[in-house]
Amino acid sequence: MKRLSTFLVVMLCLGYAFFYIPILSMMFFSFNKSKLATVWGGFSFDPYVRLFKTNAVWDAAGLSLMIAVISATFATILGTMAGMALARFKRFPGRTAFSGLVTSPLIMPEVITGISLALLFIGIGYATGLMRGATTITIAHITFSMSYVAVIVQSRLASMDRSVEEAAMDLGSKPAQVLFDVTLPIIAPALVSGWLLAFTLSLDDVVITTFTNGPGSTTLPLYIFGQARLGVKPEMNALATIIVTLVGTGVAIAGILMHRAEQKRLRDERQAYAANK
Amino acid sequence: MPDDGGKPQSGPIWLDAAAKPFISIEGVTKRFGSFTAVDNVTLKVFKGELFALLGGSGCGKSTLLRMLAGFETPTEGKILIDGQDMAGIPPYERPVNMMFQSYALFPHMTVEKNIGYGLKHENMSDAERADRVKMLIDLVQLGQFAQRKPHQLSGGQRQRVALARALAKQPKLLLLDEPLGALDKKLREQTQFELMNIQDKVGITFIVVTHDQEEAMTLATRIAVMDKGVIRQTGTPTEIYEYPRTKFVADFIGSINQFEGEVKSSKKGFVTVSVPLTNTEMTVPHDRDLPEGSKVAVAVRPEKLTITRKAPAKGVNAVTGTVVDLGYFGKDSLYRIKLASGALVRVNHVNSKRAGEGERVAVWEDKVWLTFDPSSAILLAE
Ligand SMILES: Nc1ncnc2c1ncn2[C@@H]1O[C@H](COP(=O)(O)OP(=O)(O)OP(=O)(O)O)[C@@H](O)[C@H]1O
Ligand SMILES: [Mg+2]
Repeated sequence: MKRLSTFLVVMLCLGYAFFYIPILSMMFFSFNKSKLATVWGGFSFDPYVRLFKTNAVWDAAGLSLMIAVISATFATILGTMAGMALARFKRFPGRTAFSGLVTSPLIMPEVITGISLALLFIGIGYATGLMRGATTITIAHITFSMSYVAVIVQSRLASMDRSVEEAAMDLGSKPAQVLFDVTLPIIAPALVSGWLLAFTLSLDDVVITTFTNGPGSTTLPLYIFGQARLGVKPEMNALATIIVTLVGTGVAIAGILMHRAEQKRLRDERQAYAANK
Repeated sequence: MPDDGGKPQSGPIWLDAAAKPFISIEGVTKRFGSFTAVDNVTLKVFKGELFALLGGSGCGKSTLLRMLAGFETPTEGKILIDGQDMAGIPPYERPVNMMFQSYALFPHMTVEKNIGYGLKHENMSDAERADRVKMLIDLVQLGQFAQRKPHQLSGGQRQRVALARALAKQPKLLLLDEPLGALDKKLREQTQFELMNIQDKVGITFIVVTHDQEEAMTLATRIAVMDKGVIRQTGTPTEIYEYPRTKFVADFIGSINQFEGEVKSSKKGFVTVSVPLTNTEMTVPHDRDLPEGSKVAVAVRPEKLTITRKAPAKGVNAVTGTVVDLGYFGKDSLYRIKLASGALVRVNHVNSKRAGEGERVAVWEDKVWLTFDPSSAILLAE
C-alpha cells in the first residue's frame, strides 16, 4: 500500500465530516431530554416515547408507504411498456413526441410538473367530483416515476442481445410468450431497480405531493416538513434516526448479498473452465 | 442460375431435373438501406442434403439464413420450403430451427431447460419430453452440466447446448450458423461426424454456414460459394475443388497457381494458351468455346505439379524457376519456386520415397522444372 500524505488524510477526514456530522449530530440530539432541539438537556429516550405516541406520524408513514408501493408498481408496468415501445419500435407515427413526453418529467422542474398536475386534478375534480387526496398523489407519483423506469428499461433493452428473443421465437413461441419466457426474466434486474427507484422517489417527494394532496392526505415527508417549519423537535430527530437506521441496514444487507452472488458467480465460472479442460 | 454442376445422370438427387427441391430460393435480394447484403440469389436444396454456404466474413451468409428462418424479409424474390411460399409466415410457424452464430442461449435457464424449451410447444408427454432432452444432452456430452446456467459454461460447451437446442424439435430443416466455430480440433471433428450421423438418422435437411472451407468439404453434399452477396458457384466438394469456374472460387477453396495468358489456338477440346509470364505455351482441356486472343488463366493446384531437375520433353506443359523456399512436413514437402518473372509458384511434393538428408528432389537455389498434365489444369476465364 502506498502511504497517504497528510494532506490527503486531512481532506478525506473533512469529506467524511461534511457528510456524516449532520447525520450524527441529528442522531445525537434525538436522545435529547430537553424539548428544544438545539439545547442539550441530558440523555433520554423521551423523544422516542413521544414519537411512538403520536398517531399522526404513523398515519402519515402508512399512507406514504401505501402510495409508494402502488405508484412504484404501476410506474414499473407503464414505464416498462413505454421503454419497450421506445427501444423496439424505431419508427412509428408520433415517436418523437412520445419520446419527449416520456422523458419530460425528468427534465421539467418539479414545481412545473406539480402546478400542471394540480390544475389537471382541479379540472377533473370539477368535472367528476374526484377529491384531491391519496388517489391524486398516487397518480402524480406514477406520472413522474414511470419516466425513470422507462429510461432504465429502454437502455437495458438496447444492450440486450435480440437473438435470444429470436431463438425463442424460432423454437415456436409467439411474441407474447417470448416476452414472458425470455425478455422479462432477462431484464428483471432492471425492473427491480426501476421499481426501487420509483419507490424511493415517491417516498420522499415533497414538491409534487404538495401540489396534488388534499385534506387528510398527509404523507410522511409533508408531515415532517410541516413539523420542521414550527422548529425542529427532538421527535423529528428520533423519526429521522429510525429512518436512517432502517435504510442503512437495508443497504448493508443488499451489499452483502450482492457480494455473495458475485463470489458464487466467479466460483462457478472457474469451475466451468476447470471442467472443460 | 444455380450451377448444378455437370450433365444430368442418374445418381445424386440434385442432378435429377424432375426432382422437387425441398427449399427453393428464387431470385432473393436483401437490402439494408442502400447496401445489398444478398444479391439475387437462386438456390435449390433437396431433402436430406447437407448443404454448405461458404464465404468470407460479411458476404451475407447469415442474412440468407435469417431470411430462411423468417427473421428478415427478402426485399425481392421468394423462398419456398416444401413447396410452400414463406412470405408472411412468422418464424414460430416455420418448420425450421436455427442455431445462432452467437448461440443465443437463454441466460436465465439451465442447460436442460434451454434444450427442452422448444418441446413445450410439442404435443408430447412429460416423460417423452424428459427422454428427448436426456438423449440430446448425452448426444452433445453435457451430462454433468445439465443443471448449469450458460454463464457457467465455456464457449465450446455453450455451442453444444445451442446445437442440441436446435435439434430438439427435429425440424424438417435445420439451419446452422457457424456451428463448430468455437470447438477445438478434436471435438470439432467428432461433432462434424456426429452432425453427419444425426443427419443420416433423422433425415433432416441441413444448411450449414461456414467460412472454413475444410469444414464445408468434409461435411457437405453440396457447397455454394458466396462472395459479396452473390453465389459464385454451387457444386459438390469435388466439383468446387477440381472444377472451379472463376478465379475467386479457385482462390477461395484451397490454394492454386494461376498463369495468366491469351488463347492462341483451340482444337479438339483443347486450347493452347500462350503465357507471357513464363514465355511458354500451355495446353489445357476446355468445355467452352473461347475465341482466339481472349484473356484466360491456367490454374493448377500445388499438388498437381511435378517437380524435376531434368528438362522435360518438348510439348509438355512446364515452367522453370529456382527453389526459394522449402518446407518439410513429413508426408509431403511444400516448395516455393521463383520464376524468371519473379512470380512465385507453390508445389506440393508427396514424399513417397524415403529420402536421406541431401537426397531431396530439390533443395534451395536448385533450378527446377515444374510439369503438369493437361487434364489436371483448369482454364479460368475472366
Ligand atoms: N440489420 C442490418 N442492417 C444493416 N446491415 C446489415 C444488417 N445485417 C447485416 N448487415 C450487413 O450485411 C452484410 C452481411 O452480413 P451477414 O451477417 O449476413 O454476414 P456473414 O456472411 O454472416 O458474415 P460472418 O461470417 O462474419 O458472420 C454485412 O456487411 C453486414 O454489415
Ligand atoms: Mg454470420
